[in-house]
Amino acid sequence: MTLNAILITGRTINQGATIENKTSPDYQEATALCELNSKDIGILGIKPGNQISVKTDHGEVVVKIKENNGNPDGMAFIPMGPWANAVVDPDTKGCGMPGFKGIKAEIKPTDNKILSMKELIARYK
Amino acid sequence: MTVITDALCPFCGCVCDDLTIVVENNKITDIKNACKLGAAKIMGHHRIEAPMMRADKKSDFKEVSYEEAINEAAQILFKSKRPLMFGWASALCEVHKKGILLAEEVGAIIDNTATVCHAPSTLAVHEKGLPTATLGQIKNRSDVVVFWGSNPVHAHPRHMGRYSVFAKGFFQEKGRKGRKVIVVDVRKTETAGMADEFVQVQQGSDYLVISALRAILSGHADVVPESVGGISKEQLVKLVDTLKAAKFGSIFFGMGLTQSISRYKNIDNAISLITELNAFTKYVISPMRGHYNVTGFGQVCSWETGFATAVDFARGAPYYNPGETAANDVLLRKETDAAMIIAGDAGAHFPADSVRHLARIPVVQIDPYWNATTEVSNVVIPVAICGVEVEGTAYRMDGVSLRMRKMIEPTLPTDVEVLERITERVRELRGE
Repeated sequence: MTLNAILITGRTINQGATIENKTSPDYQEATALCELNSKDIGILGIKPGNQISVKTDHGEVVVKIKENNGNPDGMAFIPMGPWANAVVDPDTKGCGMPGFKGIKAEIKPTDNKILSMKELIARYK
Repeated sequence: MTVITDALCPFCGCVCDDLTIVVENNKITDIKNACKLGAAKIMGHHRIEAPMMRADKKSDFKEVSYEEAINEAAQILFKSKRPLMFGWASALCEVHKKGILLAEEVGAIIDNTATVCHAPSTLAVHEKGLPTATLGQIKNRSDVVVFWGSNPVHAHPRHMGRYSVFAKGFFQEKGRKGRKVIVVDVRKTETAGMADEFVQVQQGSDYLVISALRAILSGHADVVPESVGGISKEQLVKLVDTLKAAKFGSIFFGMGLTQSISRYKNIDNAISLITELNAFTKYVISPMRGHYNVTGFGQVCSWETGFATAVDFARGAPYYNPGETAANDVLLRKETDAAMIIAGDAGAHFPADSVRHLARIPVVQIDPYWNATTEVSNVVIPVAICGVEVEGTAYRMDGVSLRMRKMIEPTLPTDVEVLERITERVRELRGE
């Protein structure tokens, strides 16, 4: 029921199309998700659309699962944005760039709620 | 009704210049030729309508006048010992110029969104230079096109159609049929699905794969192991043959290289590969820049300060050392004691620990839209949208400067006006 994955983050067309509208449900729909292949979703014993918790050494976030069979086994992709950035590696490795790709993550099914952008940022205040 | 033809798109680094915009009563009612990204931005969404302020970040904002908000912004910058001025990529070069002047006057660190995008590419260019070409040259000549760690179908939707893959060029009359397209990525993206060859690299192994290609290219295939970064030696040898057979090859790279483990060293190695391929045939390399004018900030900052970004004015003269002076460096070290975020969204695109620090210090936001940075701001100053309501200069991803057109009249002050008024107020506070 737990999947050990390598997390990468990046752009998607829907993330980009809603980027100037970050308080909208469309932005959350486009960005608060994690893409895994169907085999990995099967390991978790859940279906696309269900919620998962993605936990790394840097944080934990709840997002919706989405199927993407372009991903190799054990690779998780979260579109760039506040949900992805809750769990990325902040270390800039001496060149200014945080670690947005290649983060070890533990993924589990959860019933916890997906926080809105405002709720997510409120955790930092 | 007014129809504007050949309008320019203020979304991504492609800066498509063939849009048709229909305007009725100062409202954009229709767009032709734009992609989903450009159309969403140009059609617009809910704007912040008036300046807002709050002392406590957990309380609600109260609407204030521009004068009050500008005064408070100036006070915050004036009182700060280590201000950070970040963003800039969604604004025009004229805005960058004013921002850099203000940064110099308050001794700030000024950094742009490239810090989480292509700033490592700049570091690699310092080391190796950049054998590159305009998108026009690539459209007209390129017969082998490689996308390495970039996914234009999602991030630059019209790139392949207008410039690199499907476009018919002067010496490339057949368009797609005349070009060999290779995608190197960690996962099979939609772009990979459209390629002639997909090379699947293990996450974080790009540096190894580039090194193996360089070894094979220089005649040392014997030292290359049977598999490198998840790719068979056989496929790597075949890939080198394909690359060498080009008359004019182009490599477009993205965050797959700049954000993975080796950061700028991946780009450094890729530029070396390009240099070495030029011993056999013509090759160019080009970063897939994200925001429409992120390249412009690098240009303006370079000619104003000598450095492309992450410039620290604390010493009175420009100092640059990413790893020390980039936005996330100073936020993670909790060194910054105030921030101005303009035309970029640090709240959404920085790691949690950086945003945690922003939540603890005074933050001024200058932006048309309510975003994650608004949530950690004390002063919010809404402005007109550059490239839609304000004309000016932007640099396309290949460094070609273009004049962005005004589509409708602004109803709010421009970034330039707001920055000028803040600078004026800072000077008054300093008794000048």
